Amino acid sequence: MSAAPAAPAQVSHGTRASRIGLPLFLLLLVALAAAPWWTDRQGMRLLGEVYAYAALASLWNLLAGYSGLVTVGQQAFVGLGAYVLFSAALLFGVNPLWGIPAAGLLGALAAVPVAALTFRLRGAYFAIGTWVVAEVFRLLAAQFTALGGGSGTSLPASVVASIASGRAAREQLLYWLALGLAVLILAAILLLLRSRHGLALAAIRDNEVAARSCGIEVDRTRLAVFVVASGGAAMVGALIFLQKLRISPDAAFSVNDWTALVIFIAVIGGIGRVEGPLIGTALFFLLRETLSQLGSLYLMVLGAVAIAVMLLAPRGLWGVLADRLGWQVFPLARRLEPRAPPLGTAPPPTTRHALAGADHENRGDTR
Amino acid sequence: MEWVNAVIQGVLLGGLYGLFAAGLSLIFGVMRLVNIAHGDLIVLAAYLALVVTGSLGIGPLPSLLLVVPLMAAIGYGLQRLLLNRALGDDLLPPLLVTFGLSVIIQNGLLEAFSADSQRLQAGPIETAALPLGGGLAVGVLPLLQFVVAVAAIAGLQLLSWRTPLGRAFRATADDPEVARLMGLDNRHVFALAMALSLAVVALAGVFLAVRTNFDPAIGPARLLFGFEAVIIGGLGSLWGTLAGGVLLGVAQSIGAQIDPGWQILAGHLLFLLVLAVRPEGLFPRLRG
Amino acid sequence: MPDAPLLALRGLDAFYGDFQALFGVSLAVAPGQVVAVIGANGAGKSTLLKTVAGLIAAPRRDAVVFDGEPVGGLPAHAMVGRGIALVPEGRRLFPSLSVEENLLIGGRTRRAGPWSLEAVYAFFPVLAERRHAPSTALSGGQQQMVAIGRALMSNPRLLLCDEISLGLAPVIVRDIYARLPALAAQGTAMVIVEQDVSQALAAADRVFCLREGRVVLEDAARALTREAVAAAYFGV
Repeated sequence: MSAAPAAPAQVSHGTRASRIGLPLFLLLLVALAAAPWWTDRQGMRLLGEVYAYAALASLWNLLAGYSGLVTVGQQAFVGLGAYVLFSAALLFGVNPLWGIPAAGLLGALAAVPVAALTFRLRGAYFAIGTWVVAEVFRLLAAQFTALGGGSGTSLPASVVASIASGRAAREQLLYWLALGLAVLILAAILLLLRSRHGLALAAIRDNEVAARSCGIEVDRTRLAVFVVASGGAAMVGALIFLQKLRISPDAAFSVNDWTALVIFIAVIGGIGRVEGPLIGTALFFLLRETLSQLGSLYLMVLGAVAIAVMLLAPRGLWGVLADRLGWQVFPLARRLEPRAPPLGTAPPPTTRHALAGADHENRGDTR
Repeated sequence: MEWVNAVIQGVLLGGLYGLFAAGLSLIFGVMRLVNIAHGDLIVLAAYLALVVTGSLGIGPLPSLLLVVPLMAAIGYGLQRLLLNRALGDDLLPPLLVTFGLSVIIQNGLLEAFSADSQRLQAGPIETAALPLGGGLAVGVLPLLQFVVAVAAIAGLQLLSWRTPLGRAFRATADDPEVARLMGLDNRHVFALAMALSLAVVALAGVFLAVRTNFDPAIGPARLLFGFEAVIIGGLGSLWGTLAGGVLLGVAQSIGAQIDPGWQILAGHLLFLLVLAVRPEGLFPRLRG
Repeated sequence: MPDAPLLALRGLDAFYGDFQALFGVSLAVAPGQVVAVIGANGAGKSTLLKTVAGLIAAPRRDAVVFDGEPVGGLPAHAMVGRGIALVPEGRRLFPSLSVEENLLIGGRTRRAGPWSLEAVYAFFPVLAERRHAPSTALSGGQQQMVAIGRALMSNPRLLLCDEISLGLAPVIVRDIYARLPALAAQGTAMVIVEQDVSQALAAADRVFCLREGRVVLEDAARALTREAVAAAYFGV
């Protein structure tokens, strides 16, 4: 920060790119909110799925890309959320819509003991540890006879009818809920990253030892992120299975659906940037719609693409674009700017601390 | 008696888990790589044995003579062409690359062999049993498998502490940069470690295929069993890994005795219990 | 040329990413000659040794010429095979290997020459007594002997020594340095990097002083005055 001039300065988050990108993004949101008027049921269904994956990939990015918590076990919370919603509706007669916040709350609560155990494992072993926990959740759900045990159960027509009057109204409502939840999760991630926790996360990622010696409580910060991300995943899971109307342990706790695809999306789009998972989701659905007739070959192609991106362009598609063109949709960079630039002089040097994942320019080259 | 029998079966099963774990532990020790595709490679070896026994008309045990070197060659190539590029200070690339590999292997096997369950036929040895008295008996095949597992782990132990190759593995694990100054090419050493790991995987895969039904989707669970055996036993010790595998096998076997639905769950719970009370594992290696 | 150099650096540059650590360094070492490279912290001394040893890739093949062959940019394991051995800064023995295993792995290239386990034990008799001890159980001075012995096991024609006096008591440093002339007498050339300038000057035939990645002084060791060294060292 040696470049900061003596003149009073303020932290600025925006760049010229984000001043263009953000309004464009808001415009896109308005268009998506109006989807019930310009697309059919099939299209709304597809978009609903898009929002769910965008939310899950953004949450995984928050964990792995920003907090160093590389997990392959978030399906534990997706499935837990789904089971909370179905239990509330079937066993306690709660309106399924209330099941979504309930799922978020219980998912966040369950994350605390899970973290207490798995945080004892380091690095890649943490990843597999979270997977074991997800398997425990799945096997316990299979023992849950009240919800059909291993074969699962469906929401009865009476419960489905209580969501909204009529099928069209229900599907519209669920569509807006899916969009709303994805926006809510994205907004929460942005607020978190712009808060002092975001700065702490950036410090931990750059140098954990140094961050500890600066008084940053690494474990508590990570725990907070893990709890928030797990609660988010549980809400997304509840909503996904409310759309499907049917649940089973294998579907709800599927590592392929809720983790493998999610990770591929984040990797292809770009880990460590908020825009990455969104771009990745769009690409994934394009790929899926064009290759789906290939059957399991399509998953092989997807795996190969993810490997190639990881090895050849580890910052993902958005990382490449952002580096080349300076694009930024969300105002996350931190720059010091003078409050009143003196007239008639060249702009003073600004210190950029881009809050972006693989920010190799700013580290690694010191010796 | 039922319970004693369950424990005996669990111990014998644990030998197989020790094999799953040994290959995983070896490459983690040498290059700090956690191979998410480990379980899928075990299943790939099982399918290789299926093809070899089917096309040559030989039994599962002789098929090892082909499957083991074949898997070792795959391991060497995989490391040289793919995994060496992913290794570095960052743990994400190796993790995600092996995760992608796992998905590719699973779906490739699905494409080639369908989702149908398969089994390797070993002939009359499958039903042969040694009576232990008191109504107890152990199957010859599970016993053979346990003996092979113990022998393989003893062999790995000998190799790593008594041979130049083992010395090269330990030196590279300690300090890869200085190992290069000794004339060791890290890329080659890592590839040899992966080849050895997949040779063990081949052994595990063939015995798995003789013992139980398998299909393309069972890989991840084998990865988790191997991983649990490593953590239960304690990082960095091969005999601890075998002990961890045996404890996991016994837990699963006792769980299954209580309720068939509890078999896998009991093993996972033992793992979580060890993580809660003794996160360094039960038999960690003592460092000088 | 009277004597073809064993090692010749010709305008060597070296980089860590975008950071340039060496600028056009030229230097020659004759067979059996002891060359000292001195300079302040960050002057590029260790970088120079690491580049010659192949741990840092030299940008041009002909920037490093060894025994008449351009070898710049070859990987470290290939350099050892040609007879260049490095004793790294901080000794860096393999902690999970015993003393004897550390020596054995040094000799795995099987280059022909006078050095063997027996020869190293004769050179450093104290190591023979501790041959089966874990390398971590040794004193600092003994560890430094293992590090030198490990490098000698590859029968090098050029031995690169990085800060071998670092962290050792003066009496031990003198003991180790007292053994080096015997190596030179066998025809092994040496490049010694040292913070301890007087030690380096006493041991060397020729001295190079680096400052900010450039050679700023080169002379015969016995011709150098304290004032000339200080001037080159600090750039005053």
